[in-house]
Amino acid sequence: MTDETMDMTAKPRNQWWDVWDQFKTHKGAVFGLCFLIFITLFCLIGPSLWGVDPGKLDIRNKDMRPIYTAIFDSGAKYGWAHPMGTDNLGRDIMANIMQGGRISLAVGWTAMILALVIGTTVGVLAGYFKRLDGILMRFTDLVLALPLLPLLLVMMLLFRDPLRAAFGPEQGIFILIVTGIGITSWMHTARIVRGDVMAIKEREFVLAARSIGTPARRMITRHLLPNVLSPIMVSATLGLATAIITESALSFLGLGFPSDFPTWGKILFDSVDRMTAYPERVIWPGLAISLTVLSVNYIGDGLRDALDPRIRGL
Amino acid sequence: MKMKTVLMGAVASLAFAPAAMAERGSDGQLNIIYWQAPSILNPYLSGGTKDLESASMIVEPLARYNDTGALVPFLAEEIPTVGNGGVSEDLTSITWKLKAGLLWSDGTPVTSADVAFTAEYCMNPEGGCAQASKFDGVQSVEAIDDLTIKVTFDSPKPNPYGPFAGAQSPIIQAAQFADCLGAKAPECTDANFMPIGTGPFVVTDFRTNDVIQMEANQNYRDPAKPAFATVTFKGGGDATAAGRAVMETGEFDYAWNMQLAPDVLAAMAEGGVGTPISAFGTLVERIEMNLTNPSPDLPEGERATVAHPHPFLSDFAVRHALSMAIDRSLLVEVGYGQAGRPTCNLVPGPEIYASTDNTGCLTQDLEGAKALLDEAGWVDSNGDGIRDKDGVELKILFQTSTNAVRQDFQALIKDMWSQIGVETELRNLDASVFFGGDPGSPDTFQKFYADVEMYANNFDGTDPQAYLAAYRCGGEPKPDSQWQGENINRFCDPAYDALIDELGATADIDKRGELARKMNDMLTKETMTIVPLVDRGRVSAKANTLGGVVLNTWDSELWNVADWYREK
Repeated sequence: MTDETMDMTAKPRNQWWDVWDQFKTHKGAVFGLCFLIFITLFCLIGPSLWGVDPGKLDIRNKDMRPIYTAIFDSGAKYGWAHPMGTDNLGRDIMANIMQGGRISLAVGWTAMILALVIGTTVGVLAGYFKRLDGILMRFTDLVLALPLLPLLLVMMLLFRDPLRAAFGPEQGIFILIVTGIGITSWMHTARIVRGDVMAIKEREFVLAARSIGTPARRMITRHLLPNVLSPIMVSATLGLATAIITESALSFLGLGFPSDFPTWGKILFDSVDRMTAYPERVIWPGLAISLTVLSVNYIGDGLRDALDPRIRGL
Repeated sequence: MKMKTVLMGAVASLAFAPAAMAERGSDGQLNIIYWQAPSILNPYLSGGTKDLESASMIVEPLARYNDTGALVPFLAEEIPTVGNGGVSEDLTSITWKLKAGLLWSDGTPVTSADVAFTAEYCMNPEGGCAQASKFDGVQSVEAIDDLTIKVTFDSPKPNPYGPFAGAQSPIIQAAQFADCLGAKAPECTDANFMPIGTGPFVVTDFRTNDVIQMEANQNYRDPAKPAFATVTFKGGGDATAAGRAVMETGEFDYAWNMQLAPDVLAAMAEGGVGTPISAFGTLVERIEMNLTNPSPDLPEGERATVAHPHPFLSDFAVRHALSMAIDRSLLVEVGYGQAGRPTCNLVPGPEIYASTDNTGCLTQDLEGAKALLDEAGWVDSNGDGIRDKDGVELKILFQTSTNAVRQDFQALIKDMWSQIGVETELRNLDASVFFGGDPGSPDTFQKFYADVEMYANNFDGTDPQAYLAAYRCGGEPKPDSQWQGENINRFCDPAYDALIDELGATADIDKRGELARKMNDMLTKETMTIVPLVDRGRVSAKANTLGGVVLNTWDSELWNVADWYREK
């Protein structure tokens, strides 16, 4: 894909259009993208449109059912003021899902990107430079052996108060959690990337590139990274899912955000006790988590196909 | 004629009534379920509630605590006091007198030698007696005559009712346990599993950690009791299953300790076969105010110590306003239902110790709280919605352990406080860390690196002396004491310390009650150092056909099982 090949086509065209054309043929990926855009807008713009404070207690309107309950149970307590119902303290569930989504998505994306950057860097360096391979991979093994929970406990003890003083309670915890999840989930990416880089390194086109004197920096960015993009994409999608779920587990243990700070995972955990009486309280956040994770997985799948020149038919 | 009929009717009813309602064994079978299964019936070898309570149907102490926490005689003729000469003037000895004519279930007479043997059994230095603390400070136990026992202590005991009172120290038969002293105690399997007792029932079959079969004791001191001929005491399962068995299916008549959410319990009670019953002990869910400054800006070692008073919680008006803003009834409704009631007392019972006029906090008063803060100079001077004074903002860090009910409470209280212009930051910590007491962790409730914290605490037994004595000056957790100590609030008042000393030297029960109430008021309504929220009780379930049940939190729940009967 150098400029010469571009000149041979009748109409010069950005290669990303080809990628997009291929991406469009993957139905699941398109659906996933639509849902991701929808849920992101729902969480970002939703609160300003809906305008209900997620933390507002309204004890008289507690335990309201979602509006659809009216179809099969006309005696239930429901109302248009709370279309998804309210929890046991009368907080509006829809406002909580929106607010919770902001946090969960932000944690998920940030931690995933952090893990991806660290993992790819380590993997590429270890795979490409033989001298670094031993030390970097042993370091990876070492971090892999670190248990996340005790590590976060220690991090909480050491950094909670300074971070709280510097950034406030919510921002401080956000940084702490994102860092914690990020630095404990990059290892699998690193291993996969290293393996792929080592295989590609021995291919003829790399030999050719090296023989014309391509420096290591350009070699990595031009030839290796594009070719290992698909495993990176796959681990990114898995990473996002893990990050959202880890954050929920942490909040549940009291290591995460304060209890009045909703996230999808925490709404889910809080509702488990009353699951039989109010199933919607676990269904809403559960659906949000699983659909988000699923859609990101499909997007990853679609992207991998779209980025692969062989499938794209070039 | 008419008069004669009435008289005859009266005579007839007198003649038939006792016969109809009280005859030993007339009511057949009683089924009890404890979701923790008893593993031994000798209370001296087990501290478990399930073991103590199942054993309480078989072996009995000289006196038991009733449902108000007062002592009532069981095997003893009366409760010895200084007034009736049973307790010596210098508080170093107590003399008990047994009822005459008591028999063991094997038909042999109960004598003071059995009582003296019981003390010898538990105080044997080679045996690990689970109830040794009941015999703390006992110098000697002598049998004066067949029915009289004198217990001598090595120092004055204002509360001499430790040995032989309550479910934890019943009398065991000397003849049965004679070869079981010291290290041999656990080896006497027959005696430990089927003790001979004076209680209303006798064990016929004991299966460890499963089921106990009992029948009425033919030698029980009241010839009309117990009303039930046989008892099946089933152990194991969980609270939900036990609750269902009593309230929904009716397989059992009595289930112990229903630790269930209020709405779950209410749903079970709709089964209509049984009802939940509740009684209250001393467990109080409270907010503790930190009187010292927990700011992270202070160097470690000075943070949250008496060297630095709290910037705003040291002001009584602030503490009082925070308490006034809380709607305790709402908290009870959300969190505990029948198993809780609002309280303003640190010591909610027994009756004699509970302050009755401390009820001011029971009604929420937001306007009053705002007025109080305005008056004390706490106003929102910079327009950020939070009250402040001299540059200090009313921003509170509120910590507690991770628990669904506590987090609901936190959310509610935060909301109530925001209505009077106080901002609250919530923090919840893993319970094993929070209550762990590790001096290296900043998150323990003793270290109290927060402005206020919430948890529940109670005292053992019926006497609050040790509990109230915890708030002595200098008793606070601090670096020198490895952050151990019970004066969590860092409260210090010489007048209070004087009352602690006075309580330690007072034996008269009414005077003790008065002192304890005064101390309770000093900690709660007069200084608002401790802001009690909910008196947490115990809930059990009984079948609708079971009569005579009086739930008791001071002794075994089965303390009056001899009086239980089947309602017809």
